[in-house]
Amino acid sequence: MTLDLLILAAADGFSYAGLLFLVSLGLTLIFGVQGILNVAHGSLYAFGGYTAATLAIWATEKQAPTWVLLAALVAAALLVGVVLGGILEIGLLRRVQDKDPVLQLLVTFAAFLIFEDLQRLIWGVSPYSSTEVVSRMGNLDLFGITYTVYQLLLIPAVALAVYLGLLYALRRTRLGKQIVAVTHNREVATALGINAKKIGLITFIAGAFLGALGGAMAAPTTSLVPGVGTDMIVLSFSVVATAGLGQITGAFITALLIGMARSLAVYTAPELEVAVPYLIMVAVLLVRPNGLFTVAQARRI
Amino acid sequence: MKGISRRNWISRVGAIAAGVSLLFSVSAFAQGAKPAELKIGITTFTSGPASVFGVPAKAAAEQWIEETNAAGGINGVKITPVFIDEGLGGDKLLTEYRRVVQEQGVKLMLSAISSGNCNIIAPVAEDLKVLNVMWDCGTEKVLEDRRFKYVVRTQANAVTEMVATVVYLLKTKPDFKTIAVVNQDYAWGRDSWEIFRNTLLALKPDVKVVAELFPKFGAPDFSTEISRLQALKPDVILSTSWGGDLDTFVRQAGQRGLFKTSQFVLPLAESSAERLGSALPEGVIIGGRGDHYFLHPEYKNDAKHKAFVEKFRAKTKSYPIYPVYHMVAALQAVSDAHGKAIKANKGQWPTTEQLADAMHGLDFKGLTRPVHIREDGQGLEDQLLGMTKNQPGYAFPVMENMMLIPADLVTTPVGLKSPEWVKTVKPELLKNDRIKVFK
Repeated sequence: MTLDLLILAAADGFSYAGLLFLVSLGLTLIFGVQGILNVAHGSLYAFGGYTAATLAIWATEKQAPTWVLLAALVAAALLVGVVLGGILEIGLLRRVQDKDPVLQLLVTFAAFLIFEDLQRLIWGVSPYSSTEVVSRMGNLDLFGITYTVYQLLLIPAVALAVYLGLLYALRRTRLGKQIVAVTHNREVATALGINAKKIGLITFIAGAFLGALGGAMAAPTTSLVPGVGTDMIVLSFSVVATAGLGQITGAFITALLIGMARSLAVYTAPELEVAVPYLIMVAVLLVRPNGLFTVAQARRI
Repeated sequence: MKGISRRNWISRVGAIAAGVSLLFSVSAFAQGAKPAELKIGITTFTSGPASVFGVPAKAAAEQWIEETNAAGGINGVKITPVFIDEGLGGDKLLTEYRRVVQEQGVKLMLSAISSGNCNIIAPVAEDLKVLNVMWDCGTEKVLEDRRFKYVVRTQANAVTEMVATVVYLLKTKPDFKTIAVVNQDYAWGRDSWEIFRNTLLALKPDVKVVAELFPKFGAPDFSTEISRLQALKPDVILSTSWGGDLDTFVRQAGQRGLFKTSQFVLPLAESSAERLGSALPEGVIIGGRGDHYFLHPEYKNDAKHKAFVEKFRAKTKSYPIYPVYHMVAALQAVSDAHGKAIKANKGQWPTTEQLADAMHGLDFKGLTRPVHIREDGQGLEDQLLGMTKNQPGYAFPVMENMMLIPADLVTTPVGLKSPEWVKTVKPELLKNDRIKVFK
């Protein structure tokens, strides 16, 4: 294995890892605070993507400058995060908060199926796409291989910024500290005067935004089709399970690991590409059944 | 396409409701007498990624049936279609198929788009003694492994399509040394490459295969595959992918300049061209699994074809793609077979057995060139390929340098097995004067 190969694999791997991280981060954040594994997160990814493509197509027709196209991606994610995230949390998840985890899983799965059909109703079944922003941002050569600036630099940069921003927010801001407190122990946090309901809603919307942002960032490079959310949710589950539920840095490192391993596989053993994320997951869970980065939990009596 | 399953409760509940109401309608009729209506069961994808084929095909079926009914139906009998969603997945599709046949008394089925589904349905249709017309699936194995009485195919199979693609490539770009493939990781992606590779190596043994990439079905990103292809710089890149996968691959390859260094061969890209628009560059070899094209060099001004294309476009806002033509071909074949069987039956309405007999050896004409159904049930459908070129009046590249390759030249003869036959294809094939070139 040469250095060139590693650099090339990293170039592709980072971009892929960036998207995977954004989606997984949303999933793991929601689990951390709500204790609910949200299958409907896949729909947020899909809706983020479709909404972003719709806005981008509209902005392209209006000959908007590049920064407007980029802003449209973020705006789409915000819109989906606040509207759909808000509806999901207030209308559904809040009501099953104290129910059996299996029931919670089924409820979010039902929501996922409903959203899938809604998505077909709104955007139809034909592949949907808007790639203008990628073409406008141009290309970059690395070892004789042409990359797009969008995938090589922008996506990893956004993922890194979100990661650092979230770490800062959780450690340094008042709201962040409240989120951490609720994650740690909901009852105690409530007893200390934290409005756990409000924190739950804010976290859910933030998580939903991240899922939608993953979709929105992916939209200019891919074709949106029915079922696009399913693949992403399965993959981000494997990231979250490998990292340990609720682990932010863990999700960051695992997404990188999976992104790199996947592109290395395409170069060296293409047949393994599809299996790579799951092989990593199985290997990790055999050794550490609670995930790579789960810390010992204080026993609750 | 096997394995793609989605729960589509709305359509399922709808189908059940429709089924229950139909249960009470007349389903059995006396032998020889004209039935009150002719029910045709049609399986097509209305959910999942293959809806890109299934939804336009369903629109085509509705359009054809509406027109035919308005003109009196098939020999005076009106057609009632019963649609089943293939996106349910193999097991559920089979349940629905049996239900439509056994409970609603449907004796004539058009199934399926997915090769996996054709493999599942064919033996069941034979057991149930219903005529099953395979109207879009590509697998050649189903009719080669077993001789069916009730199962026929009104279009070409993967061998015809892939051998024709090799012929087009070698006739237009004979001087290449390396080839790479990027196909979807499922039956069609694997099987079509197997046929393509063996044919290519039989006709041009010095070609080197530099990469065989099979990204996951429905993969949202091909960046790594494209990086690897840029490093390898193959002369030719083949992809038999379709739908969103093909769209994404073409877009990402275009964004990264891969079209400038390699000749692309995309045998199914006719079905993506209108969606891709300017993202599909010029000079790419494309095809549409048969000889159907809205700008077919021999039929673009044909009155029937032209009227169909215009009406379809007005209805769906898109040009018809190949599954649309496959659907019309299957319905036309069924209609013609009724005429043939009624004639043979002294004017009496035929039994399913007589109808199945009539399908074998049938010559019919859909919207483009006539098709002959062989004694093994396989249709001989000529193949049209071309190279993309932008032309005024179209917001997407259309085909130029088109070539029509007669099906019998590139289809495994009756009784032979395709894996062995493609290895025996001779270079003389390329010089055959029945291959028609349009400049």
